[in-house]
Amino acid sequence: MSNPEDTVVIDARRLLCPMPVIRVQNAVKELSPGTRVEAICTDPGALSDIPAWGRINGHTIIETISRDDEYIITLEVGEK
Amino acid sequence: MTKQYKAAALISGGLDSMLAARAMQEQGIYVEGLNFFTGFCVEGHTHAIRKKDQNKPKRNNALWVAEQLGMKLHFVDVIEEYKDILFNPKHGYGAHLNPCLDCKIFMVEKAYEWIKENDFDFIITGEVIGQRPKSQRKDTMPVVARESGAEGLLLRPLCGKNLPATIPELEGWIDRDALFDFSGRTRKPQMALAKQYGFEDYAQPAGGCCFLTDAQYSVKLADLWKSRGAKEYELDDIMLLKVGRHLRPKPEFKVIISREEGEGKFLQGYKNQYISLKTTSHAGPLALLDGRIEPEDLELAARMVARYSQGRDAEQVELEVREKDGSTRTISVAPMSPHEIKKEWQL
Repeated sequence: MSNPEDTVVIDARRLLCPMPVIRVQNAVKELSPGTRVEAICTDPGALSDIPAWGRINGHTIIETISRDDEYIITLEVGEK
Repeated sequence: MTKQYKAAALISGGLDSMLAARAMQEQGIYVEGLNFFTGFCVEGHTHAIRKKDQNKPKRNNALWVAEQLGMKLHFVDVIEEYKDILFNPKHGYGAHLNPCLDCKIFMVEKAYEWIKENDFDFIITGEVIGQRPKSQRKDTMPVVARESGAEGLLLRPLCGKNLPATIPELEGWIDRDALFDFSGRTRKPQMALAKQYGFEDYAQPAGGCCFLTDAQYSVKLADLWKSRGAKEYELDDIMLLKVGRHLRPKPEFKVIISREEGEGKFLQGYKNQYISLKTTSHAGPLALLDGRIEPEDLELAARMVARYSQGRDAEQVELEVREKDGSTRTISVAPMSPHEIKKEWQL
């Protein structure tokens, strides 16, 4: 998927869960609804944790990708 | 119109906090969860690192609980603030380096700040009198309420009937008669309540949610402080204590040796922060050298690493030494024999 210019990319490589979720949470706090956030992680736990966090907090999961040893989760910030 | 009262629940991911939050939802309270991340939380880390655990289901239980209960969950990063709790616990440590009572006071204090900032009315926890030897006793539970500042705004639904009435009860926000009177270490009442609520799946109690309650981990942390001459750590330090064999042949340095492929991959992420060793003539582990390394120490460390490689019985094993700046060189050493690796080196 191409990166829209307004996508906020979070490098959460090497961080173990829940740190990637915390990075996403802290970024989302400052962003407007509709903004896309792409988290690049190496902990496979992020594949379930970030979408779960997104669902319960009203954000939309756009895509999850496993590529080599990296996991990329894209979400769209929901209404706060 | 009746006011919608709101509570913040401390959610660990275990059954008790799940039941406490649900009990309040049953009483019409709007609940959101808080989960505090100290860096020592057991949740998921070793599963994420070790290859043999990679097929185990990975879920953050706090998130899972929140999803089951249909409530929001907020992670609170307290890594830096928690250092003071761990270094100077007013109420002392438990069996190891676990400052359980101070930790609970700290978390309730943070929750109290959170409810004030977010216009919530009270705090709930899944504490049960007599369940934990230090932080969940009849005499220490009032200490948590008092020293956190939360006082009467801290409600423990699972054992509320055994405690003095709190503000939510006295003000009629909730019905005290619908609280519970659980006590002691038995899990039967919780399991019965889980069944009543229709919870078929929940995290099994693991005897603690924190690495600081683990004897071996505490030994490694105490060693880290001793070697640095001060109680200090960064997040990377405490993550590394969870991974690999830690051997300290001299006070000035220790060797962290991966035990399997997943750990090797994890340690590789630290190659720009530590000198690393990797066997090249034989399959073997990746090792990091932590501390002040003199030239003669390098050979000692290399011989130890060779011992844990497939070349343990070979006369010579070649290893690549990688400096922090990325420069490499190869050395050849004789692997240590088992009796040369002294028991007192092993942390």
